[in-house]
Amino acid sequence: MSIVEELPAVPSPAPVEVPEPNYLNAGYTLRSWLLTTDHKRIGILYLISITFFFFVGGAAATLFRLELMTPGADLVESETYNKLFTMHGVLMIFFFLIPSIPAVLGNFLIPMMIGARDLAFPKLNLISWYLLVIGGLFTTWVMLVGGVDTGWTFYTPYSSTYSNTYVMVTAIGIFITGFSSILTGLNFIVTIHTMRAPGMTWFRLPLFVWSSYATSLINVLGTPVLAAALLLIALERGLGIGIFDPALGGDPILFQHLFWFYSHPAVYIMVLPAMGVESELVAHFTRNRVFGYKFVAMASLAIALLGFLVWGHHMFVSGQSYFAGVVFSALSYMIAIPSAIKVFNWTTTMYGGTIRWDTPLLYAMGFIGLFTLGGLTGLFLAAPSLDIHMHDTYFVVAHFHYIMVGGTVMAYLGGIHFWWPKMFGRMYPESWARFSAILIFVGFNLTFFPQFILGYTGMPRRYHIYAEEFQVLNVMSSAGASILGVGYLFPMCYLFWSLKYGKPAGPNPWNATGLEWQTPSPPPTENFPITPIVDEAPYAYHHKELTH
Amino acid sequence: MSDTTTAHAPSTLVHQFDDIEQQRLADTMGMWLFLATEVLLFGGLFTTFFVYRSMHHEAFIAACQTLDMVGGGINTGVLLCSSLTMALAVHAAQSADRRKLIALLLATMVLGLAFLVIKFSEYAHKYHEHHIPIRGMAFHFDGEEHGLDAAHAEETKLFYGLYFAMTGVHAAHMFIGLTILSILLVRALRYPTTTENYMPVEISGLYWHLIDLVWIYLYPTLYLIDLH
Repeated sequence: MSIVEELPAVPSPAPVEVPEPNYLNAGYTLRSWLLTTDHKRIGILYLISITFFFFVGGAAATLFRLELMTPGADLVESETYNKLFTMHGVLMIFFFLIPSIPAVLGNFLIPMMIGARDLAFPKLNLISWYLLVIGGLFTTWVMLVGGVDTGWTFYTPYSSTYSNTYVMVTAIGIFITGFSSILTGLNFIVTIHTMRAPGMTWFRLPLFVWSSYATSLINVLGTPVLAAALLLIALERGLGIGIFDPALGGDPILFQHLFWFYSHPAVYIMVLPAMGVESELVAHFTRNRVFGYKFVAMASLAIALLGFLVWGHHMFVSGQSYFAGVVFSALSYMIAIPSAIKVFNWTTTMYGGTIRWDTPLLYAMGFIGLFTLGGLTGLFLAAPSLDIHMHDTYFVVAHFHYIMVGGTVMAYLGGIHFWWPKMFGRMYPESWARFSAILIFVGFNLTFFPQFILGYTGMPRRYHIYAEEFQVLNVMSSAGASILGVGYLFPMCYLFWSLKYGKPAGPNPWNATGLEWQTPSPPPTENFPITPIVDEAPYAYHHKELTH
Repeated sequence: MSDTTTAHAPSTLVHQFDDIEQQRLADTMGMWLFLATEVLLFGGLFTTFFVYRSMHHEAFIAACQTLDMVGGGINTGVLLCSSLTMALAVHAAQSADRRKLIALLLATMVLGLAFLVIKFSEYAHKYHEHHIPIRGMAFHFDGEEHGLDAAHAEETKLFYGLYFAMTGVHAAHMFIGLTILSILLVRALRYPTTTENYMPVEISGLYWHLIDLVWIYLYPTLYLIDLH
């Protein structure tokens, strides 16, 4: 892509000691950050806040992984254990994974990738951040001082009638955060529709934009249904209006339907943006066009659409009709098709490419392998006959962690490394970064692979007192978790270090295509000195090699 | 307010857009998407209602007969009229007719308030009849009068629970709508009305029509179950 220079070249100014005005040096006060409407600053605010929630959620995981080292209850009591895994699930899903790639990288990159000055509704964008932080801090506080023991799924009637913990206030916290998700999705959709630069047609959009678009559709259409379900739970608990109460003729499974109508698509809210990052990383670090661009783009939409039709596979053993189970199973299998299209196209993209083994590609390779394993084990669970055996075992836990952590977190870290020079104008230290990428990969597999075996041999999830024959695998898992934890601390440290001591990056350290690399690093407040004009498809490395 | 004021309404072109057309497109699209989320929010509630209605048909018919069909009908008329005045207000804003805009916004607000007054008098009536299934309040449903045995009479709690949840969420939207209308009114009083700054009125109008539309569905769903 190129920017048509309409102005004559400005004579280069004398010594370049005065830094170019950019979004970081536009203001240094706290007020200039807390009242900003710049999408890039809001992206940074999200980065800081979700990192906080990630480490709180991680602390809960640390505690229960320690507890699971032994078959007995040595460290915490059952009630505390239930509160810990609920806290881990709620914080990681609603306050880290769902906002992770969309709110941090999406906010920062989408306007730049499409050649716009900002999102369509900058104030709404800031409000979204406040809603996430208010909901998140409120929920964290409730969980630390009181706790909730229902699991992140809030199944009725336990959540609405029997649990003696703070269900209602937690539901309110998540309800508030839901608006953040809805408004961010709305903002992205409108921005992508109305604010593309001249020449930026739909099929010239980077694939990250396509997958963010598909994600935003789910955000906008799914989240309100969760809001309705949480509202009904809050009414039932707070006012005693017995909507899911079997004693009054209410149906607890109806709650599961409403809950999973959002929460299964929410899985795709978490993984679709990761697929978008993956497409970018694979193309840029193998210096090749993405193989089958249109198929990869349309696969995102197919996943978003099909994702709304598979929620019943969570209820194979809940008393859902057998016929419904068969239909939901078949639909769940269909999701594998667009997912596989993506995986095959990424690997084919690498074929004949000039591969550079920088850190972002290491994460991208980790993503492909772990996502494939997570996806294939998902097919096991989508088969009702197998699911009866494996439902609510550690097999399920391992499966979704391969997608959520092995997939999404890997892609998130890969993306953070790739765009770090753009965000802050400094390079991260490459060898440290490679080392921790490998450490995270090893730690991850040691943590979660044993859980597949644990689940297959019958260890149920959410229990902390277990049969003694499961101990060896649990110890392996906890050992892996400690490696994984250290692996996550490394990037925290060296990325922070690089803010001051990293090598200056220059506008395009990767020599990559894409509009975001055609502007200085860090970018100026309105992104581009002049609105770019796009005249070619994305990932045009075959053209770029000729001109360099 | 003097006509010589040079203050500009805050909705003129903002920095991230190239021109006013692009901005209008984005504003309109944003509101339509937001309305889609509202439809899904109510969709969850309607789904719950329909599932229970088919599970407990007799209890729901009996409970429905205790609702004030006339009051609800009048309210439907009131809301339809408010949609008319809102649509005319949008037209007045587009043609920069300030006096008409102010009058029509006021009329819409009066009709919206009238709806809420009638709605709350219905609630009060339900309170006196002990038809509120909230913990700590006496609930009584005369099953014999409607040919229901004791177990089925208990199921009417589900109907009333959903009735209050759905109309309550709708009433909350009415409050939000009235707040938006009062902001528009203040804007109309404070800033000159030009052909450039009608967008806030237009997209607020979309929101107001949706609340109206939701009621159009709520009324037959809740009040008219047993009419054939």
